[in-house]
Amino acid sequence: MYAAPLIFTSLGGVMSENAGVVNIGLEGMMTMGAFVGATVGYFTKNPWLAFLAAGLAGGIMALLHAIASVSLAADQVISGVAINFLGPGLALFLSRIFFDGATHTLPIDLNHKMPRPLNGVFAKGSFLDALFNHYATVYLAFLLALIVWFVLYKTKIGLRIRAVGEHPRAADTLGVNVFKVKYLGVIISGIFAGFGGAAMSLAIVSNFRASLVAGQGFIALAAMIFGKWTPQGSLAACIFFGFAQGLVVYLGGTNIPVSSQILAMIPYIITILVLMGFVGGVSGPSANGIPYEKQEG
Amino acid sequence: MKQNRLKFTLISILIGLLVGAIILLITGFNPIEAYSIMIKGIFGNPRYVVWAIIRSTPLILTGISVAFAFRTGLFNIGAEGQFIVGTIAAALVGYFWKLPPIIHVIVAIAAGVLAAAIWGGIAGLLKSKFGINEVISTIMLNWIAFYSNNFFVLWDKFKRPNKDASQRILETANIQILAKWKTTEAGKAWIVNNEFLGDILKTPFNWGIVIAIAVAFLIKYIIENTTSGYELRAVGHNKNAAEYGGIDVNKNMVKSMMIAGGISGLAGALHVLGVSHEIAILAAMEGYGFDGIAVSLIAGNNPISCIFAGLLFGSLKYGGQKIQPAMGAPSEVIDIMIGSIVFFIAIPKLIEIFRARKTRKRGGEVEASE
Repeated sequence: MYAAPLIFTSLGGVMSENAGVVNIGLEGMMTMGAFVGATVGYFTKNPWLAFLAAGLAGGIMALLHAIASVSLAADQVISGVAINFLGPGLALFLSRIFFDGATHTLPIDLNHKMPRPLNGVFAKGSFLDALFNHYATVYLAFLLALIVWFVLYKTKIGLRIRAVGEHPRAADTLGVNVFKVKYLGVIISGIFAGFGGAAMSLAIVSNFRASLVAGQGFIALAAMIFGKWTPQGSLAACIFFGFAQGLVVYLGGTNIPVSSQILAMIPYIITILVLMGFVGGVSGPSANGIPYEKQEG
Repeated sequence: MKQNRLKFTLISILIGLLVGAIILLITGFNPIEAYSIMIKGIFGNPRYVVWAIIRSTPLILTGISVAFAFRTGLFNIGAEGQFIVGTIAAALVGYFWKLPPIIHVIVAIAAGVLAAAIWGGIAGLLKSKFGINEVISTIMLNWIAFYSNNFFVLWDKFKRPNKDASQRILETANIQILAKWKTTEAGKAWIVNNEFLGDILKTPFNWGIVIAIAVAFLIKYIIENTTSGYELRAVGHNKNAAEYGGIDVNKNMVKSMMIAGGISGLAGALHVLGVSHEIAILAAMEGYGFDGIAVSLIAGNNPISCIFAGLLFGSLKYGGQKIQPAMGAPSEVIDIMIGSIVFFIAIPKLIEIFRARKTRKRGGEVEASE
C-alpha cells in the first residue's frame, strides 16, 4: 500500500529520463499533485476527478521543466531544483488561500476517498484480505508499470523515446522529432508524479499537509536509479521501499523492543548495501541530462 | 563574462520578485504592501537585521558546501543530512563533555565538522569504490541522519523530560556574543539603557556569520590557489583528462565530499551552539540543505557569492514570515520567488535570446530610419 505513490512517481522518472531529461523535480510535481488531489477531492467529493486533476497539476509543473530544459537548453538539474521550490511553495500558498490560512487541507470524507474495489471479498482480517484488499490506486500503479514497460519496449513510440534518450542525433537523422518526444516524456513524468502525490493524499491519508510528501519524491527518484532506469526495476525498488515502510509501521505496533527510529533507517541502509553488493555502477541513458540542440546547416 | 553573469543573476532576481508580485496580485493581495512589510521586517529595526543574518548563516554555509561539491563535479544533495549530523555531534559534545569555555566551543565545532565530513565522505567513498551515484547515496544518508537525530533526542540520557527536545548545551559551549554577560544584572541593565546595541544583544547574535564569511574566503582560496584545489577542479572539469594527467580521481572524490560534508556540518554545529542550543524531534526535513542548493545555484557555485545569495535567501525567508500575520498573505510566496529565480538562472540561453531580440530591434530601427 505504501508503495503506490512511489511507483507512480518513479515511473514518471523512468519516462522522463528515458527520453533524456533528468527530472530532479519529481518531488515538487508530486507535492503539487498531492495538494490538488486533496483539494479537488474535498470540494467535488469525486476521488477520480481529483486524481485526474492531480495528474494535470503535475503535468503543468512538468511543462515548465520541459520548456526550460528542452526548448531553452537549461541545466536540467537546476531547473528541477527550481521545480522543487515552486511545487511545495505553490501548494502551501494555495492551501493557505483555499483553507483559511492553514497549511493543510480539510479532510476528505471517508466515503469520498479512493475506493477499495475488493473490500468485502475476503473475510475481514484474513491473510488474503490483508494481501489484496487495497485502494484502487495500488492496482492502478501496478497496471501502469506494466503499461509503461509495454510502451517502452514493445511499441514504436517507446523505441523512439529510448532512442532520443540514448542518441538524439541519430534519432533526429531518422526523422524523429526529438523535441516533441522529450516534451512528451517530461510531461508524462509530471502527470505520473501528480498521480503519485494524489495516491498519498486521496488514499493513504485523506488530506494534504506540509509534511506529507516530504522527501517521497526523492525516494522515488532513488528507486528509479536503483531500478536502473527501467519500469520493472523501479517497480521492484518501490515495492521494496513500501514493504520496508510497512514493516516499520507493523513492528512499531508490536512490543518488539527495538527503537522505531532505528527500524525506520533500515530500508535506507539496506538500499546502500544492496547497491554496494549487487548493482555496482549503474548508469542511465547515455544522453540523459544533455540538452539537445539541432545542428544548423 | 563575469559581469554578464552578475547582470543575469540580478535580472533573474528581479524576475523572481516580479513573479512573486504577480502571484500576490492574482490572489488579491497588494504586492507593494507585501514587499514594504517585508523590507520593513528586515531593515526596520537593528534587531530584525541581526535576525535576518542569523537566519542566513546556515544557508551561506550549506550553499558553500553544495558549491564546493559542484565545482568538483559532484552533486551534493546530502547537505541536509550532513547539517543534521553536525547538529547531533555538536549537541552531544556540548551537553556531555565538560570543558573550559573556549576549548569547549572549539571541540564541539570540531566534532560537528568531523562527524559530517565522515558522513559526506561515505557518499564519496561509495561513489569511488562502488560507482554508486552520489545523488542516490546522499538521499539515503539524509534519511539515516534524520532518524538518527530523532533517535538521539529520544535517548533517555539526553532527552529533556516532558519536551520533544534534547538537553540544552552547557553554558561553556555557547557562542552567542557576550552570552554570559547578557544574563548578569549589569548586562540586563545595560541592554535596557542602550537602545541600539541592546536591541541587537536581545537576539541570539553569535559568531556564526563571521566564521561563515571566513570559510567562504578559505574555500575560494583552496579552490583557486592550491594544488589540491586545482586537482579537485580538474576532476570536476574532466574526469578522464584528470586521470590521464596523473590525478587520483577516486581519492579526490572522497576528499571533495568530505570537505563539502564538513562545511555543512559546520553550519549545523554553529546553529546548535549559537541559536538553538539543543536538537529537537524532526517531523520533516528542515530544508537547510535544499535551501543550500538554491543558494549555491544563485551564487553560480562561487563561495564568495554564496555570502550574498545566502543573505538574500535568508532575509527573504525571515522578512517573508511577516506578511502572514500583517496581511494574511501566505509567506510561501518566498519559495515561489526563490523557485522562479533558480528557474531563470537555469536558462543562461535567455541572455542570448534577449540579446538577439535587441540587435534585431536595432536593425529594424536602422531600416526604418533609412
